[in-house]
Amino acid sequence: MGRRGGAKRRGTRRARRRRRGAVVTTAPVAAIQRGWQSCEACGLLSRPGADAGACPRCGEELAFRKHRSIERTWAFVIAAAVCYVPANLLPVMVTTTAAGSAPDTIMEGVILLWSPTGWPLSLIVLIASIMIPSAKILALVYLLVTVQRGSVANNAERVRLFRTVELIGRWSMVDVFVDTFTAALVQLQPLMAVEPGPGLLFFAAVVVLTMLAVESFDPRLIWDAAPSEEVVHA
Amino acid sequence: MPEPVELPSSRTVPKKERRPSLVWIVPVVAALAGAWVAVTRVLAEGPTITIDFRSAEGLEAGKTKVRYNGVDVGTMTAIRLSDDHLGVVATVRMEPKTESFLVADTRFWVVRPRISGANISGLGTLISGAYVRMDIGQARDEQRAFVGLETPPIVMRDVPGRSFVLKTSDLGSLDSGTPVFYRRLQVGEVVGYELDPDGSGLTVKAFVQAPYDRYVTSATRFWHASGLDVSMSATGFSVQTQSLMSILIGGIAFETPVAEAALPPAGENTSFLLHRDRAEAFRAPERNPLEVRLVFKQSVRGLAAGAPVEFRGIQVGQVVEVGAEVDVKTLAISVPVKIHLEGARFGVRFTDLDPGDDPTAIRRRLWDSLIAHGVRAQLRSGSLLTGALFVAFDVFPDAAPASIDWNAKPLDFPTVPGALEGLEASLASIVRKIDQLPLQAIGDDVAKALVQLDQTLSSARGALDSAGKLVAPSSPLATELTTTLQEVTRAARAIRVLGDYLERHPEALLRGKSGEAR
Ligand SMILES: [Zn+2]
Repeated sequence: MGRRGGAKRRGTRRARRRRRGAVVTTAPVAAIQRGWQSCEACGLLSRPGADAGACPRCGEELAFRKHRSIERTWAFVIAAAVCYVPANLLPVMVTTTAAGSAPDTIMEGVILLWSPTGWPLSLIVLIASIMIPSAKILALVYLLVTVQRGSVANNAERVRLFRTVELIGRWSMVDVFVDTFTAALVQLQPLMAVEPGPGLLFFAAVVVLTMLAVESFDPRLIWDAAPSEEVVHA
Repeated sequence: MPEPVELPSSRTVPKKERRPSLVWIVPVVAALAGAWVAVTRVLAEGPTITIDFRSAEGLEAGKTKVRYNGVDVGTMTAIRLSDDHLGVVATVRMEPKTESFLVADTRFWVVRPRISGANISGLGTLISGAYVRMDIGQARDEQRAFVGLETPPIVMRDVPGRSFVLKTSDLGSLDSGTPVFYRRLQVGEVVGYELDPDGSGLTVKAFVQAPYDRYVTSATRFWHASGLDVSMSATGFSVQTQSLMSILIGGIAFETPVAEAALPPAGENTSFLLHRDRAEAFRAPERNPLEVRLVFKQSVRGLAAGAPVEFRGIQVGQVVEVGAEVDVKTLAISVPVKIHLEGARFGVRFTDLDPGDDPTAIRRRLWDSLIAHGVRAQLRSGSLLTGALFVAFDVFPDAAPASIDWNAKPLDFPTVPGALEGLEASLASIVRKIDQLPLQAIGDDVAKALVQLDQTLSSARGALDSAGKLVAPSSPLATELTTTLQEVTRAARAIRVLGDYLERHPEALLRGKSGEAR
């Protein structure tokens, strides 16, 4: 509600500016609305031909928007969501000690680390391994749904959300990284050995698939449904 | 808005055929992988069993393993209190394909570090924590609910051998794991023990490993091999023990008498008596003892059931019972000692025995002859230190004539007072006589007599003095007289000293002067 109100307020501010006869070229104009295509590789704007074309400068395939962006993003998001289930249910780490081998899922690791002194680490694992992947998936689903429904609300926030998801993407591998690192380092046979479990594979798949989903999502789609009347005015 | 100038036109490329994007393979593959993992997980799910334990000490849900021969075959998934709150019920998820192990007589027990006298086991669990050990049964019918053992069974089913039942009245230092020796070689262990339902004795279960179990026949004797077996003989001390370990922790030994070694091996769970020591174990069992009552007129303190009955140092029987009897009519109290005589059991052999001879008749003739020749039963002290008594038959030529009434029941044999008893009696009579001596009066009389003697001597000296005046100092008479007088004076002094001494020590009249007084 508040967000909608904020958008409305901004809209009225722009309108006021327009009425005062201020500079209007700052109003956002999408290239697609002009019928231009921008090259994804080199950023060159070009006017498309009758059919699909390629960038005259670098040869990149040109399209108004990323090729089948929504479809591909959906596919990756769904795949990531599918992998998210075994990633959390299967053990990511098998610790073999004299006591025998104990497989630990991510959640078990969080519980294991939870102690008066170890809670920060536990919290990091919880956030990095459980909350962030699910948040990424949910954020992408939200973006996809709003784009598909042609929503015009909170465009700026949604782009910011997308940027955040994109930024986090490369860091969320930290868990896989730590795990494989531990497995490589802790090989004190026969006292103790740590081996990656099958859950780790799925966990890595979740991270990679969400990164791919982010990669295939075209944030310009967020603006495509923006009210054209404002653009026309400008 | 003016259009930017100089925009180049894009090149035209042939349109591609539109079909569903290949990217959809990704979620399909992901779904397939997930499904495959799920299916293998479900298929890999073994049977779930419950095991009742008395305590969950050391057990941890999700961590504690069930092992068989060191291989993990299951994981404890949950532990809860039993419905009656007396124990715990552990739920165990077994590995797949373990169904055939879970039969009616499969046993489970918790392995914790155990330190008993015999062995230290389960040390690994100090690091690893407790685990549940499984011993696979041989039954056919499968089972899912088990009751865990409280103590580990020492005998696994994969160890061949046989267990035997030993009956004993005293557990001694036996415990589960106590070794069983055969010719000082450890061949088995005590598996367990329990008090008989009526509390009268203990049943010890011992396991003897193959191939040693075939040395156990129906004639085999088992005995406590605990501690040291010290025997003293004319050649000195001899110490017998099974092994150093058995000194510390006890043990059971068995042996088969050489004469009976040809018997077939005893069956599983054959019952044996567990004897106190080797000597007792090898003593032939009583077959036909002669029960005899001996009435002693002295204290039987120190005589206990089991004390030996000897004939000139050879054991011919043992004391069975020591009691007391009151004759209601005469109110006379007697202390009858019941003994069993059976020389054959202790190695006494008859020579020139014909198969047709009646052993009872021979025995009667033998004892009639012995009694007629003055053989009597006597209580003797076996050990001056402990005061333990035993019954000895010996020849007393001076004994009053006696005979045996073979029809009496119980059979009475004549007795004579014990050797020590006789000595005591004569000593007592001597002491009594000494007590009756009027030593004080004697001493007084002697003192009086001496005083009189002294006076007599003084007057004698006076007489001699006056006589001396008559005799010239230089004459031989005078010299002789002086010498005599000196002698008399010395005698008088000695008598006074004696009188003084006797006054202080009247008993010196009997014993003579003790050195100190000199
Ligand atoms: Zn280009």
